[in-house]
Amino acid sequence: MASMTMIEAIREAHDVAMAADDKVVVYGEDVGFFGGVFRCTAGLQEKYGKSRCFDAPINESGIVGTAIGMAAYGLKPVIEIQFADYVYPAYDQIVSEAARLRHRSNGDFTCPIVIRMPTGGGIFGGQTHSQSPEALFTHVSGLKVVMPSNPADAKGLLLASIADPDPVIFLEPKRLYNGPFDGHHDKPLVSWKKHPLGDVPDGSDAVPLGKAKIRREGADLTILAYGTMVYVAEAAVAETGIDAEVIDLRSLMPLDLETIVASVQKTGRCVIVHEATRTCGFGAELMSLVQESCFYHLEAPIIRVTGWDTPYPHAQEWEYFPGPARLGEALNKVMED
Amino acid sequence: MTDEIEPLSLNVPEPGCRPGDTPDFSDFEIPRAGAVPRPPVDADPDSIRDMAFSIVRVLNKEGEAVGDWAGALSTDELREGLRHMVTLRTFDARMQTAQRQGKTSFYMQHLGEEAVSCAFARALEDGDMNFPTYRQAGLLVASGYPMLTMMNQIYSNAHDPLHGRQLPIMYSSKEHGFFSISGNLGTQFVQSVGWAMASAISGDTKIATGWIGDGSTAESDFHAAMVFASTYKAPVVLNIVNNQWAISTFQGIARGGVGTFAARGHGFGIASLRVDGNDYLAVHAVAKWAAERARRGFGPTLIEHVTYRAGGHSTSDDPSAYRSRREAAAWPLGDPIERLKQHLITSGNGRRTATPRPSGDPGFGDFCAETGRGRRHPGRWRCAQPARHVRGCL
Repeated sequence: MASMTMIEAIREAHDVAMAADDKVVVYGEDVGFFGGVFRCTAGLQEKYGKSRCFDAPINESGIVGTAIGMAAYGLKPVIEIQFADYVYPAYDQIVSEAARLRHRSNGDFTCPIVIRMPTGGGIFGGQTHSQSPEALFTHVSGLKVVMPSNPADAKGLLLASIADPDPVIFLEPKRLYNGPFDGHHDKPLVSWKKHPLGDVPDGSDAVPLGKAKIRREGADLTILAYGTMVYVAEAAVAETGIDAEVIDLRSLMPLDLETIVASVQKTGRCVIVHEATRTCGFGAELMSLVQESCFYHLEAPIIRVTGWDTPYPHAQEWEYFPGPARLGEALNKVMED
Repeated sequence: MTDEIEPLSLNVPEPGCRPGDTPDFSDFEIPRAGAVPRPPVDADPDSIRDMAFSIVRVLNKEGEAVGDWAGALSTDELREGLRHMVTLRTFDARMQTAQRQGKTSFYMQHLGEEAVSCAFARALEDGDMNFPTYRQAGLLVASGYPMLTMMNQIYSNAHDPLHGRQLPIMYSSKEHGFFSISGNLGTQFVQSVGWAMASAISGDTKIATGWIGDGSTAESDFHAAMVFASTYKAPVVLNIVNNQWAISTFQGIARGGVGTFAARGHGFGIASLRVDGNDYLAVHAVAKWAAERARRGFGPTLIEHVTYRAGGHSTSDDPSAYRSRREAAAWPLGDPIERLKQHLITSGNGRRTATPRPSGDPGFGDFCAETGRGRRHPGRWRCAQPARHVRGCL
């Protein structure tokens, strides 16, 4: 057990996977010599050589497209898209190729790749350094979509993603890279190294995909959250005093519907929170599933607290970001309904 | 000053010939066979720049094999090559008919382009991987993939290896070095580079080949493939099949007004050349050169196969709506099957009476054994019943 930031945990997962299997190769823009603009691959090139960890041209479709070819050969590429906001040039390769290869070839070819990408806002990133495009991937059959919220999960989920035989979209909330963030931007950052969730287990134990984590048990309502919103949810619960159950989904696809349903059937109320824009966001799918599965247990309509249906702004960061105040209002409303 | 400037106008290229016009290829420069020398396989891309503006050709008008690129194949191999091409053309004709009869939903022919994939396939070794488009089934035919399995895929029947999931002709066979075909154009071009990079990362000696049509070179993934192939010196042969047409769009819309498709390789520092795509011997010789270059670690090669799409784009297409019906007959590089046939006859290695039959084991034997609908026979044609159908097409 070592105390680590999420960045160090991600780096550690790469290191463990690369040491265990020489088929694991790591590349992306600035990933090699420099170690990544967020340091997530620092030291890997020096340790494993340039043929295992290297810099790529600035071409997202090329990065994903070559990884698909490498996977068809038999390697396990773990590639980085510098920001999730820049994944769109690779969307054709991800949707039309990576996601479908196993299905369309009836298993003749497979695509065991991991596409890592820093995601989310709360960092004054503006339009193209803050987006949360998870719904563009959960909508695509054949993809798995994962988002950790702490260093231990980041390491375990990344190891599980690398071990997975199919393509995984691994979204890293960059706001959580150095420490937890509950939306109170006026408070100083606390490093993961001073936080219990910064204790990352040694070794190669994976956190299974498709298993949610109940972060706080409660009886009155269920909050479904992932990424940075897990801490926003915890703060809103503390500030409202509502005895809410906070579930960190961790893996959006496959989804741990069993844990969600058990919780909502227990509490009878559900609030969904995500940073991404509202319309056709992943929250809509969660809402539908809860409604379908828990209809007779619901005491109140399900509510979504999300980013607004606008591009992510710069100066209006905290009006946009769904913080604890906005979530707290929703919690109170659901309890009154 | 400004009032002297004429208003700007948009340039939209047009093909030389539309329906009703008389095809004219007089501007199409064709070097004589044997004129382009064969450089060493480790040639510096800069030293062979002219090859991107010429055309490697082996067979002359008389059907003789001439020049540096001749002599790579034995007579038996050429006879087998002719069988592959005839097999593919026959298969195409039969499947085209089957589509017209409503037996399958869709088909795409290779008419006029048979040499490109059939000749290329024999320059590769077991374990190499092609990333084909939907118009390189010759790679399968020449690799011994059972014709019956191709038909099963086209018919989406109970024996379809892809379980009816894919549109007809979107074959996949890892065993035969044939990557799963995707409907999305250009995507496989960059994947081939990744496969080649993987071979290099693994210290292997296998190579990859990418395939793309003239129209799809306009896709972003063409550029991506060239950048990655060049940067990492990937052991890949990148093939552009310039058949002059992308559905209804002539190649000038993708290429622009000047240069050749091969010349695009120069900007990436990739060895680039053009080959007569209707010359079986030339395609094979160039493929072998590029494959050896890749396998020996000298880097990627870009090959523009100059050919003509003699058939419709697909069974859903009527080319007479956008090009002259007489254009295919006027195409100056002729018919690949006729040209190889002529070569075998004039070189005294073909019997004028010997019309080649479809090659190899078309797979009917296995099918018959499985279904019990036919008998096993020794020799090439193991099952009399379906073989008669195929033979009837010849």
